Amino acid sequence: MVTVAGDARGFLSLRNVGKVFAARDGRAPLHALGPLDLELERGEFFAVVGPSGCGKSTLLELIAGLTPASEGSLEFEGRPIAGEAPEGIGVVFQDDASLPWLDVADNVAFGLRRANLDGEEKKKRVRDALALVGLSDFATSYPAQLSGGMRQRVCIARTLVMQPELILLDEPFGALDQQTRLLMGDELLRLWRETHATVFLITHALDEAAMLADRIGVMSARPGRLIDVVETRWPRERDSRIIEHPEFGAITARLWKSLRRESMKTIGRGGNPGAQEP
Amino acid sequence: MSRVAWYRLAVVAGAIGLLELLCLAGVIDKFTMQAPHLIARDLYRMLVSGRMNTAIGKTLSNTLLALVLALVMGIATGALLHRLRALRDTLDPLFATYYAVPVFAFYPFFIVVFGLGDLPQVLIGFMLGVVAVIVNTLNGLDRVPAVLAKTARIMRLSPVDTALRMTLPSAAPYIVTGVKLAVAYAFIGVIGSEFIMSRGGVGYEISFAYTSFDNATMYPLIVLILLASVVINSALSAWERRLLSRRGKR
Repeated sequence: MVTVAGDARGFLSLRNVGKVFAARDGRAPLHALGPLDLELERGEFFAVVGPSGCGKSTLLELIAGLTPASEGSLEFEGRPIAGEAPEGIGVVFQDDASLPWLDVADNVAFGLRRANLDGEEKKKRVRDALALVGLSDFATSYPAQLSGGMRQRVCIARTLVMQPELILLDEPFGALDQQTRLLMGDELLRLWRETHATVFLITHALDEAAMLADRIGVMSARPGRLIDVVETRWPRERDSRIIEHPEFGAITARLWKSLRRESMKTIGRGGNPGAQEP
Repeated sequence: MSRVAWYRLAVVAGAIGLLELLCLAGVIDKFTMQAPHLIARDLYRMLVSGRMNTAIGKTLSNTLLALVLALVMGIATGALLHRLRALRDTLDPLFATYYAVPVFAFYPFFIVVFGLGDLPQVLIGFMLGVVAVIVNTLNGLDRVPAVLAKTARIMRLSPVDTALRMTLPSAAPYIVTGVKLAVAYAFIGVIGSEFIMSRGGVGYEISFAYTSFDNATMYPLIVLILLASVVINSALSAWERRLLSRRGKR
């Protein structure tokens, strides 16, 4: 069952949100996203899947306040998101964002630069975050000495240390191999349970979305809109072994059914553009 | 020490040994050059007597001033140009051809404008060094991953914090390359202009010793400059290697 902590309303809400990139260098304006409506409940694990180039990352950047919406409104905890990263939102990107000149502990502490904490409290928060991602033994290592998966965990710890209420992840495991990805998925589920944060995960892997999320939003080809929202009804206590569950296959199949035509469009095999699956 | 380093040392030692032999055998007469062991002795005596301290101090302080100016101006200009695309596109070809211009040709002009003091020498050192710093700073900033800029915005760092804590450290290995070049150029600029027209400094003393057939002063000073640049460059290279090894390159 989906467990929802606290009030269900007004955590994150997007209404009629769209993004058009202005014409530049003789190219026509690009309608990247929307219009799109989305309500996220506090504490849920929401995943977004969609064909490549459908505007998934643009959607994340809109929520993170990295880029302004062309139309519609975005609100996080009742406050509009406008051109600045909202307090309480953390982001983990696909690209390695660890800082190679700092050791792991300093990388994580970097997340607290703006926080008004005394030294002891900072150290404790860093220790806790490192323990959460299982990197306690690597506090004095440099990112170059770590594997790709461990570097991504450094970035996750740097986000967790800020104790965000909403964590946005943009294909954070995209560069990792399949086995590592499954295990990182387990870790992510554990972090989600232990931190009580809300997770918004963008992925292109249908199985990853089906295994991790409470709800999965399926996006259309560009301009990306939500064409389906699938509820998984997994228990809150779960891990990657859920892929043995008979329901797992059914969910993945439903995702693919919604996505197949959209994906074909992006490889130039689609029907009339703009057509939606029911 | 690695095997290559030993070979390198052997080449240098061999060259010095050969010079020593040629000098002792009289193939090179003593009015042309003194034997290396005599140069070493004269250098030691010169340093102990302290008679060159004023000259060495003047050269070092002018070089340091030229270097600091080149670094501050170079990094600041590089960071600024990185944000001003149009201006950068305008200036890029000028930077590319900059080192084709013999800056020393401006020395008479500098003397006319700035007088016979230290300023023209410092300016030449600065002018030689600053463009190397600008070019390498730009190169480094170009290579800062886009994801770091996004991370800085997510963390709501101020523009100054973003530059000092994120972009410049990320570009540091490239900026260090600029620093190394600037050190060399500052030395070349300052000592070179001391040669041409100056009343002091190591370059002036070498030139003076040369015109008065004072080999016992000229060669030790040349060796001193050689040693100084080798030591400074090795120190910077070691620092660069430490920076890079931490990042898993090399």
